[in-house]
Amino acid sequence: MGETAFLIGQVFNGFSVASLFVLAALGLALSFGLMRVINMAHGEMLMLGGYLAYLTILVVPGPLGILAAMPVAFIGAALVGAVLESTIIHRLSSRPLDTLLATWGVSLILQQAARDMFGPIGVAVNAPNWLNHTMSITSGPLAGLTLPDTRLFILLVTALVLAGLGLILSRTRLGLYVRAVNQDRSTAAAMGVNARRIDLLVFSLGTGVAGMAGVILALLGPVTPSVGQSYIVPAFLVVILGGLGSLVGTTIASIMVGMISAAAEIFVDVSVAQVMILVFVILFLQFRPQGVVAVRSRALEG
Amino acid sequence: MSLRKIGLAATLLAATMFTGAAHADGTVKVGVLQSLSGTMAISEVPLENAELLAIDQINASGGVLGKQIKAVEEDGASNPETFAQKATKLIEEDKVVTVFGGWTSASRKAMLPVFQKFNNLLWYPVQFEGNECSPNIMYSGAQPNQQALPALTWAEQKGYKKYFLIGSDYVYPRTANLILKKHIAHDGLTLSGEDYVPLGGTDFSAVIAKIQQSKPDIIINTLNGDSNVAFFKQMAAAGMTPDKLPVMSFSIAEPEAKAMGPSILQGSYAAWNYFESLPGAENAKFVAAYQAKYGAGAPVDDPMVHGYVNVYEWKAAVEKAKSFNPTKVRDAAVSLGFMPSPMGMVRFAKNQSMVQTGYIGELQPDGQFKIIWQSKGEIEPQPYDPLAFPGKTCKLH
Repeated sequence: MGETAFLIGQVFNGFSVASLFVLAALGLALSFGLMRVINMAHGEMLMLGGYLAYLTILVVPGPLGILAAMPVAFIGAALVGAVLESTIIHRLSSRPLDTLLATWGVSLILQQAARDMFGPIGVAVNAPNWLNHTMSITSGPLAGLTLPDTRLFILLVTALVLAGLGLILSRTRLGLYVRAVNQDRSTAAAMGVNARRIDLLVFSLGTGVAGMAGVILALLGPVTPSVGQSYIVPAFLVVILGGLGSLVGTTIASIMVGMISAAAEIFVDVSVAQVMILVFVILFLQFRPQGVVAVRSRALEG
Repeated sequence: MSLRKIGLAATLLAATMFTGAAHADGTVKVGVLQSLSGTMAISEVPLENAELLAIDQINASGGVLGKQIKAVEEDGASNPETFAQKATKLIEEDKVVTVFGGWTSASRKAMLPVFQKFNNLLWYPVQFEGNECSPNIMYSGAQPNQQALPALTWAEQKGYKKYFLIGSDYVYPRTANLILKKHIAHDGLTLSGEDYVPLGGTDFSAVIAKIQQSKPDIIINTLNGDSNVAFFKQMAAAGMTPDKLPVMSFSIAEPEAKAMGPSILQGSYAAWNYFESLPGAENAKFVAAYQAKYGAGAPVDDPMVHGYVNVYEWKAAVEKAKSFNPTKVRDAAVSLGFMPSPMGMVRFAKNQSMVQTGYIGELQPDGQFKIIWQSKGEIEPQPYDPLAFPGKTCKLH
């Protein structure tokens, strides 16, 4: 493989890593953006998605299992999110520290539940055969470049999910209410928007997206009781870097982090590259504390 | 303080002193110290089960020197400091005569000063990076020259010339790879690349690009835990399944293979001193006894068997020394000679590490390893690799 092919390959890898970060972080950006809820159990929604994929594939074996798993995981995680919101988060809504502790507790309970039900080591979820191909370029200056179908598929799903969420937020009545509550909760409520219901819907939407992301992440990563823990830190990282609560910001931040890690990993090993990313994020936030995209909201000022 | 209170305190003090001498009454206490919670519990709970199985079997057949063994179980909680505290507690409060336990090198390094201070004896059952030599530890897990180097010998015999090393970023992979690199250079082979991923890391995109660019003949994998799943999935996604590019792993045994799904690992290689599929009556007996106690189909692996064998080695050493005194026991342990075990004939060498056979297995679709190679006889353990740590030796007896 030539140098050019290697570099182009790393650009592709950067986008691929970014797409995983976006998927892992979107639900967090939604719940944090609207409700200022720091949901420590977000990683467990990803984990839940992975296990729902495992169960769905048991019921629907064969090539379509993974496609069937996505709506199942979305609905399953959204329902868990709805229960979580209405039983715990809603009741602690004005106490952010308590929410943080309570959702952390929920995260531990969900991890232990998965451990008791499915065993401590994890379960096997493998990509279907139609994803087990690679696009390889065999001649020309890019000879040797390979683009795995699984990664292309994940990029496509990420683009679709982003487009779908963008449409919901900008074009639908629900989106209008969401933006209204986000900008000024009390005024929106005074205008007749049921802010309580919007909270519930947005939180469930966020956990649902996380559940679906869990299916996608299972294509490239493990499904274990503690798998959520390995995504929660990068997810918070890109949400904060992106500007709290902005979907566009989260996406741009994910691409930045993905590209920097892909570039750094050309020269150093993966563990050193992670250190460099953290240094970059700290420096960036020194000069631009509001993140990539500054969100104007009364909720943030209050 | 009233007289009554002083009297009470004196009684309590006397009572503690009496419990201190508890092994006079027909039982002897040993410590079993593994992580029953936290990230290592996955591996250490089955290991503890195997150690307790050996203790139960010995008790059922009459105990040691006429005494029943009482196992005092403590939880190291996957945390080196906790291991050190619990080891102190076992020795000082419970007065155990020896301790079976430890998994990570960090837990062993944390416990080492405790065992030296009280001159007690730890039986450590896991393959490790060597480069350590303490009179208070019996190292039954493989030294690098009993796992990593036999794997390299096998790969050389297969004709592989270019090696790529990938590992988790901590002491075992770094030291094992340091030794491997010395031998790769010494044997005139090529190191095509080397990369480290943080423990638990799940992104291998850049590592795979480097593998594609450097085109190694074989990958030597010292990743631990979940990272393995991500690595093999992403290799498969990039079209590099183990049948196209061989992978030799040092931390994947039967339970890990079973959980990851043998389909993504099929055809990959592992190096150990024990596989469940080993022939022999001792192994069949062990597997049957373990599965009778802990469930049919419960997988067994190399560290578990080392934990199990450690208990029997201790028993034999105590009987030879006719004493539970740790100093006498360790002197006896290194002069026992070979004894049969589920992994073949084993004995402790003068450097308190185990003399044992190295095996290479190839993973089959049913999650078992087919043994495709074994070392010429049992390998003498070498705590200090002569190429990587020249001039250092381990003289204990």
